[in-house]
This record gives sequence, structure tokens and C-alpha cells, in this order.
Amino acid sequence: MSLFSIFNVAGSGMAAQSTRLNTVASNLANADSVASTPEAAYRSREPLFAAVQKQFGSQAVDNGQGVQVLGVTESQAAIPSRYEPGNPLANADGYVFSSNVNPVDELVNMISASRSYQNNVEVMNSTRQLMQKTLDLGK
Amino acid sequence: MSLIPDNLFGIHTRALDLWQNRTEVLANNLANADTPGFQARDIDFRKVLAAASDSAGTAGNVALQAPTPGQIGAGSTTAAATQLSWRNPMQPSMDGNTVDEQVEQAAFAANGVHYQASLSFITAQIRMLRTAITDGQG
Repeated sequence: MSLFSIFNVAGSGMAAQSTRLNTVASNLANADSVASTPEAAYRSREPLFAAVQKQFGSQAVDNGQGVQVLGVTESQAAIPSRYEPGNPLANADGYVFSSNVNPVDELVNMISASRSYQNNVEVMNSTRQLMQKTLDLGK
Repeated sequence: MSLIPDNLFGIHTRALDLWQNRTEVLANNLANADTPGFQARDIDFRKVLAAASDSAGTAGNVALQAPTPGQIGAGSTTAAATQLSWRNPMQPSMDGNTVDEQVEQAAFAANGVHYQASLSFITAQIRMLRTAITDGQG
């Protein structure tokens, strides 16, 4: 019920977006990782966002409490396999299993996350200015 | 807000309260810009301000009291909370999210200017009072 809570809201947004940037970085770094079984292959990760609901029965005004990361999901897309008998990780048939990361998806995700992050930074900056102006009231 | 007598600064303290609430709602919309299924909300300023000044502003009206926790009072904040409305999305997305980042940003910027306008009104009022108190010397 004050401008201070906006710092929490914008902060939760920034934390969520940085989690997203983290998964993007991890996905891009592992885009070319290989494994000898499909189960061990790297799967593309993505965070799951949800709005924070107000506590039941709390007296606080429900203007929204920000966003939270419920968890990180792994992509269920098919794991591609390659015939590379010379690879030390190849299985008995000579196949290696690479990650199902789609670099184009990841780059789009990265741009979207960084834009949203900047949005939240702007919100925080504007709020800070408004609070400063309020403190200067009557001068 | 409640420490300042309401008739001193007129409607501006209430307006300030509402702009502040709206800032919070818009900040929450922007924070949830990528949350699937999140529906953007906003405050209809004109309606809420009218309700707020009706329920507690005019003399002779007795506001409902909420002496025990859990009881719902009839303060202006409750009115603001119940009068949140949903935003009509311009470009609905497939995941059910109705936050339009540009619209929210524009609303947030305008809201900040309105907030500062209310602040300047109050500042002007304070200057006027100071002039009266100091006999024009201050």
C-alpha cells in the first residue's frame, strides 16, 4: 500500500527475467553437447512464470504482488541422433545424441527477456523519482 | 495521508493516493508481461475518485468501521481494490496473457506525470499557506 511495494513488484519481475536469461545462457552453452544415451542428452530448459496471488484473508489491497518462477521445465522435443562412430561418447551402434536446443528460439527468448528486464528497471527508476519528488513536497 | 486534514489540500491527497495505487497496478502488469494467462488490470480513475470522495469526503456521512481484523471496512482503499477492472487487450496472445507492454508503459508514464501534477497542486497549497503564515515575508 505504498510506492515501496513497487520495488518488490519490479524486483520480482527482474528476478524472473534474469532466471529466464540464465536458462537461455545454459541452453546456448549446451547447444552442441552430446551424450551416449537419449536420456542423458541435454534438454532445452525454460522457466515457468506465474503471478503472485495475495494471501487469503490478508488486509493488504490486492494490486498484485509481482511475478514468481514456479519452476524450470525441460523441453519434450525429440532428441536428435547423429552417426559419429569416431566420437568417444558414441554408443555401441556408433550414434551420439545431441541436445534439442533450438538456437533461434533461444535468441528470441533472450531478446524478449532483456526487453522485459529493461521495462522493470524503468518502472523502478520512475518510482524512485516519484518518491524523491514526494519527499521534496512543500520545498 | 490520514494525518493531514482533508479540507486543507482538498481532493488532491485522495487523488495522490489513487495515482499511487494505479502505479502499483501498472507495475504489476509490467512485471507479469511474460506470465502465461495473466490478465492486465487497471483502475478507472474517474469512477474510483468519485466513489472515494462520496463515501468519506462529504460531511455528515459516517464511514463504516472495521474494529476487528478480518472485517471489511469501507475506506477508500477498499473501494480502489474492488474497482480494479480488466484491460481490453489490443493484441491478444495465444498464452492468454493480455499485457500490452507498450500500452502499459504509456499508461505508466502518464500516471507518473499525473502523480507529479497532484504533488504540485499540494506544493502550491503549502506555499500559499506559508505565505499566509509568514505575512508574505517567507
